[in-house]
Amino acid sequence: MDLAGANQSTMAFLTNLGHRVYSDDFLLQMDRCFGDGDFYENQSDPQKMAQFLSSALDYPDQHFDGALVWDSLEFLSGPLLESVVGRLSNMLRPGSYMLALFHNEERVETIPTYSYRIQDRKTMLLAPRGRRRPAQFFNNRSLEKLFQDFESVKFFLTRDHLREVIVRR
Amino acid sequence: MSSIPNRPTESFDATRTGNAVLGKSVVVKGQILSREDLTIDGEVEGTIEMQEHRLTIGQNGKVRASVKAREVIVLGTLHGNVETGDRIDIRKEAKLVGDIRTARIVIEDGAYFKGNVDIVRAELAKPSAAASAPKPSAAPPANSPVSAGPAMAAGVGEVKR
Repeated sequence: MDLAGANQSTMAFLTNLGHRVYSDDFLLQMDRCFGDGDFYENQSDPQKMAQFLSSALDYPDQHFDGALVWDSLEFLSGPLLESVVGRLSNMLRPGSYMLALFHNEERVETIPTYSYRIQDRKTMLLAPRGRRRPAQFFNNRSLEKLFQDFESVKFFLTRDHLREVIVRR
Repeated sequence: MSSIPNRPTESFDATRTGNAVLGKSVVVKGQILSREDLTIDGEVEGTIEMQEHRLTIGQNGKVRASVKAREVIVLGTLHGNVETGDRIDIRKEAKLVGDIRTARIVIEDGAYFKGNVDIVRAELAKPSAAASAPKPSAAPPANSPVSAGPAMAAGVGEVKR
């Protein structure tokens, strides 16, 4: 599952490894469901939450053997964030991994968003997609709490003020 | 002496490759079976089958159908599953929602796609397919329309491990 929005690089990389790929643009889905009005206030509307979950994450349990959610979780707040992480956990097979990215700059109003494109095993391109206000700042403790139902959580610091988080279902 | 200019004799051979077009104002609900290339600029709802030919959904085309064709080019909107023997091209500003089963896929920057992609390797016996696709089937060919636009060219960084 790749939620960065379909792009040629990532699609070629994953399919050349023999994978079947599910692709969607998660941020765009969020904008469609919550963008009419206050983005974060709309996320606490139960009807809109249900609509978002059914349109964006409607897959059977244990359907995927990997997930690339990139930076999209940074723009989900409160109960919706917990529901999405819970849903992702259910959709992954036991033992599979999920990659998420979080910015590690604490006192900023907005953070850059990117389209993430895997070129090869060692190279990823980040194409800028503008800036957005994050739902909250995630430190290590809050990330451990967010992924507490996963078997393991690993953190890697990278360039561009990004923290890579790899969790195992 | 005829006043009508001489025209080459036209054959009505059904297997002759042509290009049929459904214009902007045409609405079709039902099953389309085609033995020639087809361009859709109108609306279609139902199923489209054209195993040996190319389907092009034009910029104004709105298709809500399951599609089976040799090749599919999407410039407009397609909701439905797609099966191609050769390739599918999703162009910039196109919108495709559905599952794809194909030998090759090309996605331009700016295209929207939601669904599953299954790459089914084509038989090596097809010489034209082998000659035009020396690389693995999902990789873009050298003259691919997928090229770095302004969003890619400016400010692209690398994250190397």
